[in-house]
Amino acid sequence: MYKKILKIMSVSSFAAMLGLMSSQVSAVKFSSDPQVKGLQIAEKMKARDRGWSDSQTSLTMVLKNAAGQESTRELRAKALEIQDDGDKSLNIFDYPRDIKGTAFLSFSHAVGADDQWLYLPALKRVKRIASRNKSGPFVGSEFAYEDLASFEVEKYTYTYLRDEPCKGGTCFVIEQTPVDKYSGYTRLLNWVDQAEYRSWKTEFYDRRNSLLKTLKVEGFKLYLKSYWRATGMSMVNHQTKKTTDLLWSVYEFKTGLTDQDFNKNTLRRAK
Amino acid sequence: MPKAFFTSNNTDVSLDVFILIGIFCAIFYSNKLVAVEIAGSSEFEVTAYAENGQFENQDYRYNSSLALSPEFFWEWNSGDSTLVVTPFVRVDARDDERSHTDIREFDFTYVKDTWELHAGIRKVFWGVTEFNHLVDVINQTDGVESLDGEAKLGQPMLSMSRFTDWGIIDSYILIGFRKRTFVGQKGRLRGEFIVNKNEARFENSREEEAINYALRWSHSLAVFDVGVYWFSGIDREPIFEPSSSYSSLQLTPVYENIDQIGVDVQATVASWLFKFEGLHQSSNREEYLASQLGFEYTVYGLANSVTDVGLLLEYGWDERGINGKAIAQNDIYIGTRLALNDAAGSTLLMSASYDVDFHTKNILIEASRRLNDRWTITIEGLIVEGDNSKDPVAALNNDDRLQLSVQRFF
Repeated sequence: MYKKILKIMSVSSFAAMLGLMSSQVSAVKFSSDPQVKGLQIAEKMKARDRGWSDSQTSLTMVLKNAAGQESTRELRAKALEIQDDGDKSLNIFDYPRDIKGTAFLSFSHAVGADDQWLYLPALKRVKRIASRNKSGPFVGSEFAYEDLASFEVEKYTYTYLRDEPCKGGTCFVIEQTPVDKYSGYTRLLNWVDQAEYRSWKTEFYDRRNSLLKTLKVEGFKLYLKSYWRATGMSMVNHQTKKTTDLLWSVYEFKTGLTDQDFNKNTLRRAK
Repeated sequence: MPKAFFTSNNTDVSLDVFILIGIFCAIFYSNKLVAVEIAGSSEFEVTAYAENGQFENQDYRYNSSLALSPEFFWEWNSGDSTLVVTPFVRVDARDDERSHTDIREFDFTYVKDTWELHAGIRKVFWGVTEFNHLVDVINQTDGVESLDGEAKLGQPMLSMSRFTDWGIIDSYILIGFRKRTFVGQKGRLRGEFIVNKNEARFENSREEEAINYALRWSHSLAVFDVGVYWFSGIDREPIFEPSSSYSSLQLTPVYENIDQIGVDVQATVASWLFKFEGLHQSSNREEYLASQLGFEYTVYGLANSVTDVGLLLEYGWDERGINGKAIAQNDIYIGTRLALNDAAGSTLLMSASYDVDFHTKNILIEASRRLNDRWTITIEGLIVEGDNSKDPVAALNNDDRLQLSVQRFF
């Protein structure tokens, strides 16, 4: 009996750790040191999003140039959560038709370069691609590869700047400095709401430290009572006036994907 | 299904057998089959040559061609079982041999945990280099399609892959042999003498119905992607013997039995890709080593733009030297790849090759972009400087050309 109570207690504290009880989560003692506080917020963000195992969804990207001309990409996205490292992801293109079946496999890492492979269906060829391309645009969009990689605390150093009202209530505004020298940014400003630790807005500053892009996020949906996922993202490039909108469909979580669903053969099989 | 639809002659018995197996699989599962998904592409191509060809029947400067390649896809067992059928047909205005049909894929796939099984016709690509595909040995080259040898004929097979923590093991039972296709009498980009594909001879007379085997281990370890394979069977690349049974001299392809061990390695370090392909081949006639190696270096975001510029350098070597049948026996390749990373996906590849033994050169330029969501356009230019008649490339000396093709995807 005693053991059982202990077990229940440990389960519930574990659940709280995972962010299943939001009231407990927000009760955090923050440091007065802005750098420590920034890191604490980032750790909280990551902690709130642990335990989803794997997910599957699809999305539409709408690319718009300064003249308002649009082009569309459709893809399916599978992801596998990796504890203590970056996640694995597999993206498969459906549209436009000339890149249908093209698939992109990525093992992102908390520290160091990501591993990335591209599958070209016409040649049936899998190509390992250079990880140095992280600042490059993903399929001609305003999203760089690094903007779409999984969020890992170790990828940045942090400074808490201020509190500010935002779409999600009150937001912490934190400054993130990329650790990787190959990042396309000197810094990011991130607006994170204090209730649920969701990122509502991010400003990206280029290598010359001028404002390059702004990402706005909306339509958060709660899955499995724990995990918030956006339904809409809009990236504006202030220098080229181009925009890319991402529209996400419903997520499925814990679908039973394993490591075996994220290798070079699954990349070849992707349809 | 008319036989001519999937093979241009009646000798590829195994192909028919495999198509029957495939159809059987499809019918067996038909009650569980979901609706077919159809995709694919069609292509219209026009070619302009700088001058008439060197040889008989090549006295023209323009050509055009149409190709169609639909893809039919079925999926059932919640995605664990799939069937892909990809027929291919090309009609060429000049060359009867280039007008041909093939089944590129008739691939039934079943996936279970750490296993993947295939039955039917597949195309398998091995290798890492760009200018020569030395270790890409499973499929026969569709020699009438393109100069780069990247077009392949569908290979009937049973294959099985196993995923382990120490890599992927692929094993293949290759059923039947596909004879290489060769440019016909009225085609350009060929040697002086016509190769008579249908008169092909084999080291072992019944080898055409042979069963060949291949085994490959591949793994990704830190910055390395490594593959090692063994292949035992009929060499995809024939040697040629003159035959005089026709009014004019022709060449007969002779296919030997070989054993081959090959390796491919790529090291991916920041902006660098280091590539190596090597093989050891032995037949009753000869034994040799060959390799293709080089690097690709990419400048990402050139001058604060989003344009990527890649620089490629490769070297091809074959132990048999100038007496062997390899084109890349002592050849240097240099190239640059431009990716604009725009919405149209515009890319440009320029490359030049130089034969150190024969001092022949050729330049290849390939540019492509998307016109809209359905159409893409590709422009290819070829310039051959082959004054040394000892190099096989010299046969293409008058074949400088510009080719424009538009593809429609559906």
